[in-house]
Amino acid sequence: MANKIWTTVGTPEQRIDAVEKSTGKVRYVGDYSVPGLMHAKLVKSTQAHARITSIDTTEAWKIPGVRAVVTGEMFPFHIGPILADRPPLAFEKVRYYGEPVAIVVADHEHQAKLATTKVKVEYEPLPIVNSVQQAFQQDAPLVHENAGQYTKIIDNVYPKSGTNIGSHIKIRKGDFDSAWASCEETITANYSFNLSDHVALETRSTRVEINPAGKVIVHSCSQSPFTIKKVLNQFFNVDVGNILVHIPMVGGAFGGKGTVQLEPLAYLASKAVGGKLVKLEFDREEDMITGPCRIGLDATVQLGATKEGKLVAGKYTYLLDSGAYSDQAAGITRAAAIDCTGPYHIPNVWCDSYCIYTNHPFATSFRGYGHPELTFAVERTIDQLAKKLQIDPVQFRILNGIKPGHTSPTQTGLTANNIGDVEKCLNRARELIKWDEGQKIEIGKNKVRTKGISLFWKTSTTATNAQAGAILTFEADGSVNLNCAAIELGQGTKTVLGQILAEKLGMDMKKIHVTMETNTQYDPHQWRTVASSSTFLAGRAVISAAENAIAQLKKTASIVLQCTPEDLEVGGGRVFLTPDPTFGVEIKDIAIGYTYPSGHSIEGQVVGVGKHVQRHLTPMDEQTGFGKPGPWWSVGVQAVEVELNTRDFTYSILNAVTVLDGGTIINPMTATQQMRGGMYMGLSYATSEKFIFDHNGVVQNTGLRNYPVLRYGEQPAEYLVEFIETPAADGPFGARGIGEYGVIGAAACLANSLSVGTEVELTQLPLTPEVIWQAKKVEKQ
Amino acid sequence: MNIKNKPTKKVIHLHVNGETHEAVVRASDTLLCTLREQLGLTGAKRACEDGDCGACTVLVNGEPTHSCLSLAVEVVNKPITTIEGLLNSPVQSAFVDHWAIQCGFCTPGFIVNCHALITNHPNASEELVEEWLQSNICRCTGYQEIREAVNNLLQKSQ
Amino acid sequence: MIAFDFNYIKPATVAEANQTYTMVHDQGDHAMYFSGGTEIITRARVNELKVDTVIDIKEIAECTVMEVQDDKLVIGAAMSLNHITNSNLFPLLGETIKKIADHTSRNKITIGGNINSELIYKESVLPLLLVDAKVKLVKGTKEKIVPLSSVFDKKLKVQAGELLLQVIIDTEYTKLPYASLKKTRFSKVGYPVISAAAIVKDKKIRIAFSGVCEYPFRSQEVENILNDSKKSVSERIEKAINSLPTNVLDDLQGSNEYRVFVLRNMLYDIMEEMGMGE
Ligand SMILES: Cc1cc2nc3c(=O)[nH]c(=O)nc-3n(C[C@H](O)[C@H](O)[C@H](O)COP(=O)(O)OP(=O)(O)OC[C@H]3O[C@@H](n4cnc5c(N)ncnc54)[C@H](O)[C@@H]3O)c2cc1C
Ligand code: FES
Ligand code: FES
Repeated sequence: MANKIWTTVGTPEQRIDAVEKSTGKVRYVGDYSVPGLMHAKLVKSTQAHARITSIDTTEAWKIPGVRAVVTGEMFPFHIGPILADRPPLAFEKVRYYGEPVAIVVADHEHQAKLATTKVKVEYEPLPIVNSVQQAFQQDAPLVHENAGQYTKIIDNVYPKSGTNIGSHIKIRKGDFDSAWASCEETITANYSFNLSDHVALETRSTRVEINPAGKVIVHSCSQSPFTIKKVLNQFFNVDVGNILVHIPMVGGAFGGKGTVQLEPLAYLASKAVGGKLVKLEFDREEDMITGPCRIGLDATVQLGATKEGKLVAGKYTYLLDSGAYSDQAAGITRAAAIDCTGPYHIPNVWCDSYCIYTNHPFATSFRGYGHPELTFAVERTIDQLAKKLQIDPVQFRILNGIKPGHTSPTQTGLTANNIGDVEKCLNRARELIKWDEGQKIEIGKNKVRTKGISLFWKTSTTATNAQAGAILTFEADGSVNLNCAAIELGQGTKTVLGQILAEKLGMDMKKIHVTMETNTQYDPHQWRTVASSSTFLAGRAVISAAENAIAQLKKTASIVLQCTPEDLEVGGGRVFLTPDPTFGVEIKDIAIGYTYPSGHSIEGQVVGVGKHVQRHLTPMDEQTGFGKPGPWWSVGVQAVEVELNTRDFTYSILNAVTVLDGGTIINPMTATQQMRGGMYMGLSYATSEKFIFDHNGVVQNTGLRNYPVLRYGEQPAEYLVEFIETPAADGPFGARGIGEYGVIGAAACLANSLSVGTEVELTQLPLTPEVIWQAKKVEKQ
Repeated sequence: MNIKNKPTKKVIHLHVNGETHEAVVRASDTLLCTLREQLGLTGAKRACEDGDCGACTVLVNGEPTHSCLSLAVEVVNKPITTIEGLLNSPVQSAFVDHWAIQCGFCTPGFIVNCHALITNHPNASEELVEEWLQSNICRCTGYQEIREAVNNLLQKSQ
Repeated sequence: MIAFDFNYIKPATVAEANQTYTMVHDQGDHAMYFSGGTEIITRARVNELKVDTVIDIKEIAECTVMEVQDDKLVIGAAMSLNHITNSNLFPLLGETIKKIADHTSRNKITIGGNINSELIYKESVLPLLLVDAKVKLVKGTKEKIVPLSSVFDKKLKVQAGELLLQVIIDTEYTKLPYASLKKTRFSKVGYPVISAAAIVKDKKIRIAFSGVCEYPFRSQEVENILNDSKKSVSERIEKAINSLPTNVLDDLQGSNEYRVFVLRNMLYDIMEEMGMGE
């Protein structure tokens, strides 16, 4: 922004965690051990769908060091964040390959692991539900016999007994049918792709003990410390005040560490050994398939336009592969409906978004919460329609981009404050990718360079009462401690919050100490560190805490300086008179109370408290989707240029562009890191990643050897990142959320680019040369 | 030879970061678990235990090695360097200065590998850098900042 | 973490290694030679193998040589892939094994371990088959040097306890023109869709493949077809594809039909690179 008036906000302050991380001294949750720590290991299902006929633990007990074996009938209840449909340990039947069936607790990890191989589980196989298409059929076998009877934990989830539907969210805006009939150009297209995984480099891990006073102490690498408390309280009857959750720095999460899975298991394990400290750490293979993964999707998109290219009607059918349990997939089903159209102005919208149970590993949130997937379907369709209409794809998007004055699919009114600037983003991305030089350029025998673009948006569908709080305490040297429960996952949130505080107090970053660990006992409540909401929610809380501290500082200073608080300002480590800044007092002299030379003290220490809660969000109407589900929409454009070999369909990614309207950017470098990392993740997903199932629903690629991700040198030669900063009126210093956005349009623009290069409409992911070859072959036939 | 007996734990001595440490290990314990659990050197991370990710990289005889693919008993008498032994390596500050760190979980492995690369090949070509660094997965950064950090070091050393 | 424990022995001589093996075996226990150990460690972790005693061969002098003796290049079985590549003594071998796994793993993976790997790829075998390499095997006091091709049929056919000591290559072969190509699913680090190595000797192409069938192979029939200069290159290639020893592989790295597509392209590239056109 041209008229920047801030000193810290808007500058690339060094990350406060970088130096420590570069020395290998940071202790992640799995890095802790202490004599007496016990180890839990899981017995996992070898079947994707089967009745458990018996579990024989006799031989396991014979392994030295084994102290407990826990099985499903010891806790035959269901838990879940949206719909309580998942038993922590399977009982009666298993619903996915890799599902936890029993826990062995032993003195040493190798003993526990050995004992798990001795637990004999007998199964009676049941018919497998191996795809959403199969699951959706009338006579499909049922993954859950009584889905309709599960307890709903939050609104807006609609399971249907007698089907594999875990939820169904509808959008009905305008009159789709008659609008569709009037369209001069239409397109219908289908897309599908499998579940995949987060592959955070740190696997999930937790440690739980129950102390003699009944306190349950949890250490975990979770994005949701307060949800852990809620779950242990709600389903395990522990008083919420007796549950203490500690979260150190987390080694990557990407949405996958929002689910509360390991903590209840470790709690049951600890309980089985008299409350002793028990560690449960997933191997990579467990992290990939026993732990929750990323949704799969089957999408059908219908778009209709006038012959001038104005979009008139859109119909979207999303079948989300949620795997065996609904977890966050039920929420993603809703989020996909809310933003079903992408950032396009379409007056008549019809959307059916289904959360479908299958016998696959269960899915949860993944960076972008369903948006990368729906954006792939929408943006591929937009490109195909533009082609039919013979309009340039960028022009077509500009023509139909959503703007203030329009309404979202849930009929939320859009204003300059709650939506970013689509056209600005498109125009800038077009320049950066040099669109006008041509979308396809032949560069030699069998070699072409092609470009693809995608437009996307996302609102943050937090709980309607999602909130955060912050507490500031001061040191005798005038420096400040910032405590809040936003979790450092690598996204830089603690640095950004420190900057917001530094800005507000007019203080140097060096004087701000941000507590890296989260502790639910002394950090104020925060919803969860998900949905790109932390900068927004915690940022606002920090501002309000700073204001609270400033008021206290001014009050003390006004006594010392014999003036009114209104005469004073805070900055540069001092409180001073506005008209005469030389006249003032140092914060260090008043932060823990001012003491007169006589020894008399006044006011005492400054403790700044602040909070922020989402406002004016509403649930959605069951029949039409009407409602206001999120506070704002960030919008963005991504583009890639690839070099494709048209003979064998191998390709490399030359450039990748992201232009995002994220409101004010607090730290341009952490924001850029997020965009680059997001694009990497999106491109790795789009080129390489998916689970492969055999006909028994068994995952064939359970480790990194057979689940390749992009490595050094396979990333684009350059990621170009730019921000358009249309301030959000209610964000901290005008900031909106940005954490997830870099990933959203990556798969879509890659597919658009490769579709141009290969001259075939690509509809599947990942886009390996084999998938492209297959598409070409089908087209020829 | 005690091969008739059931395997038992043994006392071994490991030369890590210039110091000799005693550890009591099973022969089947990997160097990774021994460093982490017995010597408290948790900088090498356990992220796949399959040689696929590089998070556990340490130097054995100055060569980068996946410590999850080595037994502790195998490297007795060999000099071992872990991230904890790299105090003030220029690679560390280059990673900080070039924003090559996000969650930090891949960082120790990357830095140890880069350190060996720069030490052994101060004039490494782009191709060689790629060959070496493909051994490490980073899920957060997208590698651009890591590349900038390494290129900067190579320029300085040339 | 490996759940079970085993004994670890690091003999200094071949005789000691062999004796240890026999002793463990005679006790009814399972012994394994341990070279790089990467496969043993990773498979033991996931309970795919069980072993009572591992015999580390890295201290045995004969297993760690790499030198030219007269007109023979001798490579010890415990030589790491990176050391072989960096020595540049046999560029085709160096380049082919440089495509196995990743650089850091190749500091640990050895050629002997790769030749004896349980995996179907064993890419280091490809160049060795082309150059009529010999292998030195020992069991007890019996030592023999035999052509690799006489003991390699889908895998190295060694007797229980027989130790692969060295591979031996005529140096004249190491200077022949060669090609080494590997295609993966997408990322460069990964198992092959298809990996192939070729040389031209006396104007005839020799070629070996991994990832085409369930084992690495060199086929006389395929080579004869490819060398049949009376036919056009495309005829030769189609005929070669139809004359593979078994059905083409169908697995996670690629479907059967896709592999044929990749193989065809690769054959064109190799024939062109090796100057084997009409
Ligand atoms: C990250 C990673 C990626 C990989 N990618 C590939 C790939 O792309 N292509 C590929 O081909 N392979 C690949 N592999 C597998 C690799 O080939 C094997 O792990 C490796 O070849 C085993 O070599 P080693 O020296 O570690 O053998 P070890 O683990 O020591 O031994 C392997 C087997 O050979 C036996 N053995 C070893 N030495 C001898 C000997 N001298 N005489 C008789 N028997 C012996 C052992 O008893 C054992 O059965 C990969 C491995 C890793 C870790
Ligand atoms: S933990 Fe060793 S390579 Fe991944
Ligand atoms: S910084 Fe998180 S994996 Fe590299």
